[in-house]
Amino acid sequence: MTTTEQPPTDSMRRFDELLRADEKIEPRDWMPDEYRKTMIRQIAQHAHSEVIGQQPEGNWITRAPSLRRKAILMAKVQDEAGHGLYLYAAAETLGISRDELNQLLHTGRQKYSSIFNYPTLSWADIGAIGWLVDGAAITNQVMLTRTSYGPYARAMVRICKEESFHQRQGFEIMVTLTRGTDEQKAMAQDALDRWWWPSLAMFGPPDADSTHTEQSMAWKIKLETNDELRQKFVDMTVPQADHLGLRIPDPDLVWNEERGHYDFGEIDWDDFWQVVKGNGPCNRERIASKVRAWNDGAWVREAAAAHAERQRRRAAGNGGSNGRSSGRDRDTEVRR
Amino acid sequence: MSYDVPPIEGETDPEVVGTTGGHPLWEVFVRASRGLNHVHCGSLHAPDAETAARNARDVYTRRSEGVSVWVVPSAAIHASDPDDRESWFDSDKPYRHPTFYEIPDEVGHM
Ligand SMILES: [Fe+2]
Ligand SMILES: [Fe+2]
Repeated sequence: MTTTEQPPTDSMRRFDELLRADEKIEPRDWMPDEYRKTMIRQIAQHAHSEVIGQQPEGNWITRAPSLRRKAILMAKVQDEAGHGLYLYAAAETLGISRDELNQLLHTGRQKYSSIFNYPTLSWADIGAIGWLVDGAAITNQVMLTRTSYGPYARAMVRICKEESFHQRQGFEIMVTLTRGTDEQKAMAQDALDRWWWPSLAMFGPPDADSTHTEQSMAWKIKLETNDELRQKFVDMTVPQADHLGLRIPDPDLVWNEERGHYDFGEIDWDDFWQVVKGNGPCNRERIASKVRAWNDGAWVREAAAAHAERQRRRAAGNGGSNGRSSGRDRDTEVRR
Repeated sequence: MSYDVPPIEGETDPEVVGTTGGHPLWEVFVRASRGLNHVHCGSLHAPDAETAARNARDVYTRRSEGVSVWVVPSAAIHASDPDDRESWFDSDKPYRHPTFYEIPDEVGHM
């Protein structure tokens, strides 16, 4: 990992100037070590979340209720893989390698969003995830399209363009279920009951307890606080639940005319921290599946590297002695 | 909300093995439609150029964002130094811009 020691004061001044002018910080610019570390931690955690987030939904691909739903779910899960890759690429511009990032995830030294440690128990969960989990993610990610680190902001722009489909397809599943049989309505309500509070917790601890918020705001990594984003999400989602005819599992939820926002109940932060610490229902399974997939893919990565090496040698060998035939060989290989 | 997750008998967490095999990094450029430049859109790891191009299609053009893809080994890119920007990109020659010149109004658009 690249680090810069003892900032020359000019560089520091330049960094502050760029931030003040709402200009982006780019990979080759000088930046404080702490900014670099914070950025790596945040982008990596975000990338890991996209990648691990494929598992709860991937769980339902083979059991999607129609070919249409199955094609949609596959496209969504594939998008999440893509999001992970955009973000890993952004993290690598800060001087950390892909291997290090993988190792940090696989050995539990870097986290991913705790929301993915809850199980998907019924098809309605796929609706609830798209609607609530992607909905919450979008609220956060729209803010991050304006974050101060250039490659992160650009990855967010790509991601936000794709997320809107994720949320809409989830909401459509909920609409279909709530217009269905009593049993289907009950499934939809049950999914909302289980996903509501974890979705609110996705925004992170309350501002009063959030250790990083102040510095992140000063560096313009974050532009809105956890509580502000959470409020935005609640205000946006309650009318959608009303439209579905579903009840949000919070007895304290009430419109506050004075504030112009919904008031809502206290999140069970003990439960949240338990899941963060690794004691959620699926923590071990998620990492174990990820590591297994990585290990099972080792022979593919090795074979691809060996193939590339052989092609390189063959091209170099033929090119030296007989240009014409090597050209023909390469043509046939490309066409094959 | 609590879930009861019973341990599976004989279950152990797998050991982590292997690395990316050191697949090099490639920069990806996509031409959105005919008549436009290829524009940088990100990077990826791949063992060779052909695989890099194919992966670039899967990663960066899932919604027909492009009609052509370039992949370039990241190591082949030589960049200017951000600290040299003042001597490299000078902004003190306003006479290089059309707005520097006064043209009498009656001449009209030029
Ligand atoms: Fe995503
Ligand atoms: Fe998504």
